[in-house]
Amino acid sequence: MTFLGMPAGRGNLTGAPFPEAARTALKDAQLRRNLAKATTTIRAKRAGVVAELPDWAELRAAGAAIKDQVLADLDEHLVRFEEALTARGTTVHWARDADEANRVVTDLVLATGTEEVIKVKSMATAEIGLNEALAAVGVHAVETDLAELIVQLGNDRSSHILVPAIHRGRAEIREIFRRHMPGVDPDLTADPRALAEAARKHLRHKFLTVDVAVSGANFGIADTGSLVVVESEGNGRMCLTLPRTLISVVGIEKLLPSWRDLEVFLQLLPRSSTGERMNPYTSVWTGPTEGQTSHVVLVDNGRTATLADPDGRAALRCIRCSACLNSCPVYERTGGHAYGSTYPGPIGAVLSPQLTGVVENPTLPFASSLCGVCYDVCPVAIDIPSMLVHLRGRVTEAKRTTPESTAMRALAWVMSDARRWRRFTRLGKFGRTASRHVPLPGWSVARDVPRPPEETFRDWWEAR
Amino acid sequence: MRVALFVTCLVDGLFPDVGKATVRLLERLGHEVVVPAGQTCCGQMHVNTGYPRQALPIIRNHVKAFEDAEVVVTPSGSCAGSIRHQHADVARGQGERVLAEAAEETAKRTYELSEFLADVLGLTDVGAYFPHRVTHHPTCHSLRVLKVGDRPLRLLRAVEGIDLVELPAAETCCGFGGTFAVKNADTSTAMLADKMSNVIGTGAGVLTAGDASCLMHIGSGLSRLRSGVRPLHLAQVLENTR
Ligand code: SF4
Repeated sequence: MTFLGMPAGRGNLTGAPFPEAARTALKDAQLRRNLAKATTTIRAKRAGVVAELPDWAELRAAGAAIKDQVLADLDEHLVRFEEALTARGTTVHWARDADEANRVVTDLVLATGTEEVIKVKSMATAEIGLNEALAAVGVHAVETDLAELIVQLGNDRSSHILVPAIHRGRAEIREIFRRHMPGVDPDLTADPRALAEAARKHLRHKFLTVDVAVSGANFGIADTGSLVVVESEGNGRMCLTLPRTLISVVGIEKLLPSWRDLEVFLQLLPRSSTGERMNPYTSVWTGPTEGQTSHVVLVDNGRTATLADPDGRAALRCIRCSACLNSCPVYERTGGHAYGSTYPGPIGAVLSPQLTGVVENPTLPFASSLCGVCYDVCPVAIDIPSMLVHLRGRVTEAKRTTPESTAMRALAWVMSDARRWRRFTRLGKFGRTASRHVPLPGWSVARDVPRPPEETFRDWWEAR
Repeated sequence: MRVALFVTCLVDGLFPDVGKATVRLLERLGHEVVVPAGQTCCGQMHVNTGYPRQALPIIRNHVKAFEDAEVVVTPSGSCAGSIRHQHADVARGQGERVLAEAAEETAKRTYELSEFLADVLGLTDVGAYFPHRVTHHPTCHSLRVLKVGDRPLRLLRAVEGIDLVELPAAETCCGFGGTFAVKNADTSTAMLADKMSNVIGTGAGVLTAGDASCLMHIGSGLSRLRSGVRPLHLAQVLENTR
């Protein structure tokens, strides 16, 4: 149900078909080891700290309810948010899609005359491809989050929402630093502390010299016009406070109605995402500090279209905690690159096709075994499996007639009538011959196709 | 009690022994089993592969076949899950209000086998005897859609002579997922490989589950490996007596 004038999402939301991209990833034994190790550790940590809270179920329900309330009256909340921001001296810009958002930001950056910006880790800017857009006008964007920096220096793509370099081992990271970090100690070891220290030195210089920063936001408070960034390393805070120009790119769904609502999410988010009781740094700013210019770019990029779909809009509750990625058995084996989008894993499989429209992302809704563990761990109770099923329906509808749809139609005809079904199952003998000679492609490589029995259950039952 | 058996399409056509075991078990426990003639399939494969409109006549057929049944029992967590959580929604999505209401009624009277034994009959010990080393895979839809919890394990623990061993990472998906195993065969195979090594690592001779579909998937992989582990449905274990 997309109305005219609702822009589809563009930017880094599409890639190669999932089954093909997954096949490449599955062949990488090192990648699978790195992923399994990282996700297993964080799953256990999350489970531990979630179990500590006796009211987790209530918190989760509250988180879902607050987000739903925001989404129901999003237009009003956005207007209030804009008024509050403007009143405190922030300039607000609206962007219908990735291209518009990139244009707004690049214009703002170019106007400052800088050739370099520092960045707070942000999914929204990754989604719209801001770094690439800035590079196209000759501005270098420096990622200051450690994992983002590893990905950037390695000329790689992020493979996880929270830990973009989750697919990399320590030795690989050392290699990336040695090759691509200017002025790095050539004797750098793979000790995590040494690696962090090298990054710190590299970044310190940037913090002190670059005057323009770009951030996203985890939350925006509609009442007060405050923006909130939740992080672990403190690099974000350096970017938010030191530079003279601060540009924040925020998806329109990131709002919370009031300050009070934040309490719920500051409990849900760190426990779900890093498995910590509280994250080390939470930065909140309401308007620019003295001598600072601040801009907020509110981005749609397919969100309004998602909001218009009653079966899919709950995907906009997502607070990007990544618990669903860390729990997903498919993600654990394929990694994030297979999803071809800024948003990988279970949430990516529902969010990306909704933002772009299913025609642009037809394989993602099928990139799940529907095991349901993502729904269980989601702190805002997004029923991802049901959404996947719903989106699959939209994909098959958009595709019209395929060999699969013809077979499914024929099978539905057989299965909607007991007499037809019995005749079909009695063809067991035919099935036996067929299964010996017509292996299911792919499936039968690792499995023996079961042999149909001599007698169906119904025949046995009636002969009894 | 008079129990209507929904045997499921997979059990009817491919794994009749699971259906037979369910019948024998329920009869041994003193219940009358009927098999409504009109039944075929729950339509889950169509719904989950993205064909809700094609699933509609299958759902209508199912609801009609069981409309007079007092209780419906099925040896499949996945089909019970579909009946309870998809039938009414799909019908409503296709604008079929009357069918949706009828589907809700049927769903209320439908139980997966371990739910029926534990909740309706109040049984833990069904009087079974099975002197083998067994490990149990809980299956995703039983676990997360139906929330059967530890009911199957409680039933298994009470079996005389059984050596029940815990399956590591039991709650992780085996990679079946219906047409997922075909559409994403490589990923599915990677998931299956881990499940199989966990199963083989237990040293069990028998793998049980409450879903013939997952057992088919894991079993077909185990057979390829010539592991010697036999896949058996929960009903097939509980059916045995001394
Ligand atoms: S869908 Fe839920 S679990 Fe996944 S990232 Fe979003 S909030 Fe976290």
